[in-house]
Amino acid sequence: MLFENLSGKLQETFRRLRGKGKLTEKDVNTALREVRLALLEADVNFKVVKDFVATVKERCLGSEVLESLTPGQMVVKIVNEELTKLMGESVAKLNRADKPPTIVMMVGLQGSGKTTSVAKLANLLKKENHAPLLVAADVYRPAAIKQLQVLGEQLNVPVFQMGQQNPVQIAKAALEQAKKNQHDYVLVDTAGRLHVDEELMAELVQMEKALQPQEILLVVDAMTGQDAVTVAESFKERLGLTGVVLTKLDGDTRGGAALSVRAVTGCPIKYVGLGEKTDAFEPFYPDRMASRILGMGDVLTLIEKAQATFDEQKAKELEKKMRTQQFTLEDFMEQMQQLKQMGPLNQILEMLPGVGGMGRKLKGMQVDEKEFLKIEAIIQSMTKQERLNPAIINSSRRRRIAAGSGTKVQDVNNLLKQFNLMNKMMKQLTKMEKGRFKGRGRFPFM
Amino acid sequence: MSFFGRIKEGLKKTRNIIMNRMDDLFSRKNFDEDFFEELEEILIAADVGIETTLDLVEQLREKIQEEKLKEPDEVLEALKSLILDILGREPVPLLLEHKPTVILVLGVNGVGKTTTIGKLAARFTAVGKKVVLAAGDTFRAAAIEQLEIWANRSQSDLIKHQQGADPSAVIFDGVSAAVARGADALLCDTAGRLHNKANLMAELEKVHRVVDKALAGAPHEVLLVLDATTGQNALAQAKVFNEVAPLTGVVLTKLDGTAKGGIVIAVARQLKVPVKFIGVGEGIDDLQPFDPVEYVEGIFAPRD
Repeated sequence: MLFENLSGKLQETFRRLRGKGKLTEKDVNTALREVRLALLEADVNFKVVKDFVATVKERCLGSEVLESLTPGQMVVKIVNEELTKLMGESVAKLNRADKPPTIVMMVGLQGSGKTTSVAKLANLLKKENHAPLLVAADVYRPAAIKQLQVLGEQLNVPVFQMGQQNPVQIAKAALEQAKKNQHDYVLVDTAGRLHVDEELMAELVQMEKALQPQEILLVVDAMTGQDAVTVAESFKERLGLTGVVLTKLDGDTRGGAALSVRAVTGCPIKYVGLGEKTDAFEPFYPDRMASRILGMGDVLTLIEKAQATFDEQKAKELEKKMRTQQFTLEDFMEQMQQLKQMGPLNQILEMLPGVGGMGRKLKGMQVDEKEFLKIEAIIQSMTKQERLNPAIINSSRRRRIAAGSGTKVQDVNNLLKQFNLMNKMMKQLTKMEKGRFKGRGRFPFM
Repeated sequence: MSFFGRIKEGLKKTRNIIMNRMDDLFSRKNFDEDFFEELEEILIAADVGIETTLDLVEQLREKIQEEKLKEPDEVLEALKSLILDILGREPVPLLLEHKPTVILVLGVNGVGKTTTIGKLAARFTAVGKKVVLAAGDTFRAAAIEQLEIWANRSQSDLIKHQQGADPSAVIFDGVSAAVARGADALLCDTAGRLHNKANLMAELEKVHRVVDKALAGAPHEVLLVLDATTGQNALAQAKVFNEVAPLTGVVLTKLDGTAKGGIVIAVARQLKVPVKFIGVGEGIDDLQPFDPVEYVEGIFAPRD
């Protein structure tokens, strides 16, 4: 789970600080040692960690903290602020050309996820009623062009390709075509290359010259280790990088590369990739990511996700229902379709505050895509009364529901169990939320 | 280029970066706290990871005391030796002892599974072995086409279904075909999957089961492909994949960049799974057997 371990570690550290009236320099050092280790374990580059810890320490040791009434809170606040600062303070939008088309180049190492990201960005732009053109300029990897074509077909977005010709020529011809066919975005998929490959890096420089792109996005695998810094620096040196796409963030990597890349290039992270499907792509919210590291959840992202899928009214209802736990099997089914569009249920749950720390409990209630169909069938086989009050479902009702939905009694049991688990969790969340809002600015773990 | 030269080339940049500091470090005589701290930093910068690094440095301290090491060279040798204790000193070859030897290739997305299979196939066919490839990545767009190109390049047979087909079925057919055609090796491609996706790991478990059903005792090799640029997450990857399909070896790819791939030391330490191959370039012959001594020498060797 995203940043789970880092947030867990920091929480553990700060729990120890809780209740202390005053912080001694020794306390600060102990806490910051943990912060340092956690960040290093999260693959943040060691130089970045060094700077970070030094900055935080300096601020912590200022009179501001030591004289504060709740020093623990103060340390968290400082770590949070510095993390946010490190990751960039506001959401970075895609640059646009004054006169269309806007040209976007995706560059990066092999296997970082360029082709997939190009398709995902196209999907996003298409949803906003733009007309993107995809350009297959990866002429080296076997079947890379084919891959982009298949993805383009799935999204119903045209793909420009000229086979294995010179990528600079391809880029130029694509630009002509885009102008002719009035595409307002041109997304160029380039071949993966090592930052030390002089020949291929020079090729990118030529492409940049020919295309004059508004955006050159460096695609970085979130799992990258210490080398992320070297890679980002090298690309930045040769090209006018404008931003970063952080991919595979749906893994359980702690994603320290995000911090490193941002710190050494100064380029904002513009998008994150969260899955293999073309809609698993989101803008990057640095401030939210920082609170996420500190275990504060991500209700904002959840709500926004809901808004894109539901209308606003429904999103509010859902949020309210989730908070007040008047969430019946009926709602569960009604929202199934929309939930499906929002992404996997467990992914949505991950965004709720406090759930980050409940990773283990969540594992028991993983819901995969195929399960959705089964669940739908089961709920549809219930009477309205049963849906509103699942407690009345006894064994004979269970058998009937199983027979009606073509499933097994165990499946019905499982669903009910999962539903109860979820409700229980909502209860916990609500408690936590109440606690947080009572003491303004308090963290759930303070 | 010779085998030696290739690894050296691949590791050169790695070495240059590390060595600038190593030379400074080991040219001083007294081993104070700064010395050890800097040593930690060098290992961490190589993605060896906190736990393994702290452990190595701790052991090195003990060794220095016990063996009363005074010379920087002795300390360097002691450190190499500690790392080799973890990696093993002898290369662990991949032998085609069965007919067919079934090799399952796993990993997260984008580490280079398909490319590794292509290069492995080329290695085998070059010495006259008959090789069948099974296109088990039925998920990613054009993955089958990509493997098809490698099959042609390496002159191997390819067993494929449509995109979206059940990977277990493809690989079952692959095993049957490899048996029927009297192949020496069957290389099974699988879709890249993040190890925290329960459903995809369950799918992999099924693939593993089906292979055994199709041919008792198979798969004979389960290779996890790790990207040398990957950080600490590689440990989690190795751990979970190993639970689902017990690994017999690791392939470390993309070692021709500046990444040090130090995470294999942590992986070997935790799982006791040997590294069998390293990828040092994009060419068809850029997959080399992993030689631990050479790897460690390569990292610590004096600059050219």
